[in-house]
Order: sequence, then structure tokens, then C-alpha cells
Amino acid sequence: MPAFLHAFGAHLPERVVTNEEIGARVGKAADWIESVSGIRERRWAAAETTIADLAVAAAQDCLRNAACLSDAPVEASSLGMIVVASGSGARGFPGPAAAVAARLGLEGTPAMDVPMASAGSLFGLVLASRMAEAVGDVLVIGAEKMSALIEASPLDPNTAILFGDGAGAALVSSRPPLDLKKRRLEILDAVLHTDGQFRDDLAWDGNSALRMNGLSVIMQAARKIPAAISEVLARQNVAAADVQAFLLHQANQNLLVRVAKALGAAPEKVISNVARYGNTSSASMLIAASEWAAGNPPHGDIVFGAFGAGFHWGALLARSR
Amino acid sequence: MPDATRRERLLSVLQKVTTAQIPADDSESLFESGLLDSFALPDLISALEEEFSIKVPDRDLNPRKFDSVARIETYLEEHGA
Repeated sequence: MPAFLHAFGAHLPERVVTNEEIGARVGKAADWIESVSGIRERRWAAAETTIADLAVAAAQDCLRNAACLSDAPVEASSLGMIVVASGSGARGFPGPAAAVAARLGLEGTPAMDVPMASAGSLFGLVLASRMAEAVGDVLVIGAEKMSALIEASPLDPNTAILFGDGAGAALVSSRPPLDLKKRRLEILDAVLHTDGQFRDDLAWDGNSALRMNGLSVIMQAARKIPAAISEVLARQNVAAADVQAFLLHQANQNLLVRVAKALGAAPEKVISNVARYGNTSSASMLIAASEWAAGNPPHGDIVFGAFGAGFHWGALLARSR
Repeated sequence: MPDATRRERLLSVLQKVTTAQIPADDSESLFESGLLDSFALPDLISALEEEFSIKVPDRDLNPRKFDSVARIETYLEEHGA
């Protein structure tokens, strides 16, 4: 069953936290932070800002962008479902999806939480692509307030330097855009995987500090992301070198470079905003997609990919024409 | 069992993925000595797979298994390299 990505949206908090600021708090030099991560600054939300606040702002941006593309208003009331991915949400119920639905004025539209860090928006996109024909248009949102869990414990230099706050969104539909002159981004295929044997290597229990075995995470991600991308490309007989753009979870610039190298893809084809926003976990892939789409990029095959705590990972192939 | 040829090939692989000095003590941590970091380790694994014609499964991607020359040698020996 066909599925199309009609529009993307994003929201970043205003406050910029530079490497100099976070470095001074954890005893690391700004240049060192950039050398190990590619990150120069990140955005942190105000203390009173909630994950739902970030998610709603990205959702509204996505609906505005969808309206521009269709030359007609796209109201939240037209949605058949919303999916909210967030790994930094409070470990309780209900998750942020209910608040987001209420804030969008929805009464009765199903809203589902995907409590998954980093890979959550990819899993949400794949879920939406399968559900859209049955329920109607699905708004997928990735929203994270990583600063809250970083600040909740004594700062760990290994993790505090990496993460930022933000939200991204995508509108998934089973219908192609009505205007044939507009971009048509069709989801062709996707693969998702989970290997729970490494679940303790990147974990947050909602109370104590975020735990990360950086060596294990990088080792696994450096192998599993290219493998998943190669898997979906092989199924669709597409060469990595021919992919127009890779829209990946923005974990670390060094990892993005490594993924490009492993795939034999030109590094510039891997879209990166990690220098400006840091690692925004489940929000990052859709924020990158939103910025990519705003640049009116050339048509071609587009690969989405993510890897995160669990470990969960996967890749999705879409074709723009 | 120590294998001089295997050891030489291993040291050669290590020197290809890093410009740092290989520790004289085979049991010294390659991470703590600064020879390997989290991004050099995937390169080392790939290079070992190529040099010794082995496949390191994802479940073996445990930094402890590759933390020193001695541990890498043990891994290679256990996997018939």
C-alpha cells in the first residue's frame, strides 16, 4: 500500500548553549567537544517548557508547511492519527501524545506514544506508513527535552555535551499530493530491527542519571546503521552512491562520516545539522528532514535512518519525484 | 598458543588504524593508552575481519574483547584465525 511524506516541520528552543558554556560546567574544552562530536552548540528549552510544548510547535509548523504545499489549509482535525516519539518523556502515564492531541484540539483522534529514544521517529514513520490507508493522514512527531534529564543529575561529561532539545514532525498520507507539480515523496520500503541484549548500554530509568557505554553504542551504531541502509537499498535495487540524500539520526558528526564511508556514499549526501543542535534524540531525524525539505532539494532517492537505545535501529527508503 | 605470524599481522593491522605507539605490554588497555577510541574500534574490527578472513558477529562487538593486544590475540585464536 502506498504512503507519501507530504510535509515536515520542526521547532527548536531559542536558548543556545555553546560548547564554551557546557564545557565550563563539565571541565572540557570547547574544541575538544567539537572534535569528539562535531557539535558546536545545542538548544535547551526553558525549565517550564514541556515535551508536549515542543511537539505541538513542530506539529503546527508541519501543518503550515503542508498547507503551503497543497495551497489549502491543512487542519489538525483532518488527521486520522498522531504518533509522538520521545525517549525523554517522564516514565509515567499518560505519555505526551495525549497532551499533544488535546493541544491540537483533537477529541477522539487516536494518539500513540512511542517511548523510544533516537530511533522513535523512524519507527513512528514506518508505523504511520502502514496505518495511513486505514486511519487517514498520520502526523508523526519526535520531541525531546534531553536537557531535563541531563540537568536532573550531576553533569556527566560524556553525555552532557551531546544532547539538545527540539522537535520534528512529518505528515504521512496514503494519498499522493493532489498537485502533480508539487514534490511527491513516496515511501518505498523500510526495515526495522531490535537487539535487546545491549539494552543496558544506553539507558535512562526516569530517576537516575542517563547511562551510556559510548564505546558499545558507537561500535554497534557504526555497523548497524550502514547494514540496515544496505538492506533496504538492496531490496529496492538502489546503489548507495546513487542516493540523493541521507537523513539520519544526528547522533555525532564522526558517526555520520563513518556511515557515509561504510556505504561508499559522498559525505555531503549525509545531511547534518549536529553542529548547531547537538543530538536531539528522536527529534533529530525529522528536524534534519525539515531543513532538507525547506531547501527545495533535487529529486531522487532519499534514505532515512536511525539507531538508538534498546538497541533499536532501521532505515527507510523514499523516492522524491 | 602464541603464533608469531598472527601477532605480527595483528600489530600491522593495529598500526594501520592508528598512528599512536602500540603499548609494549600486551595486556595494557588500548583505550586507556589512547591507541583506540570509540571511532577507531569499528575500523579495527573491519580491518581484523579483512586481514584474518573472519566475521566478527554483532554480539561480539564488546569493547572488552578488543581492549588489549592479548585479548585480541585470544579472540583471533578462538575464532580460528
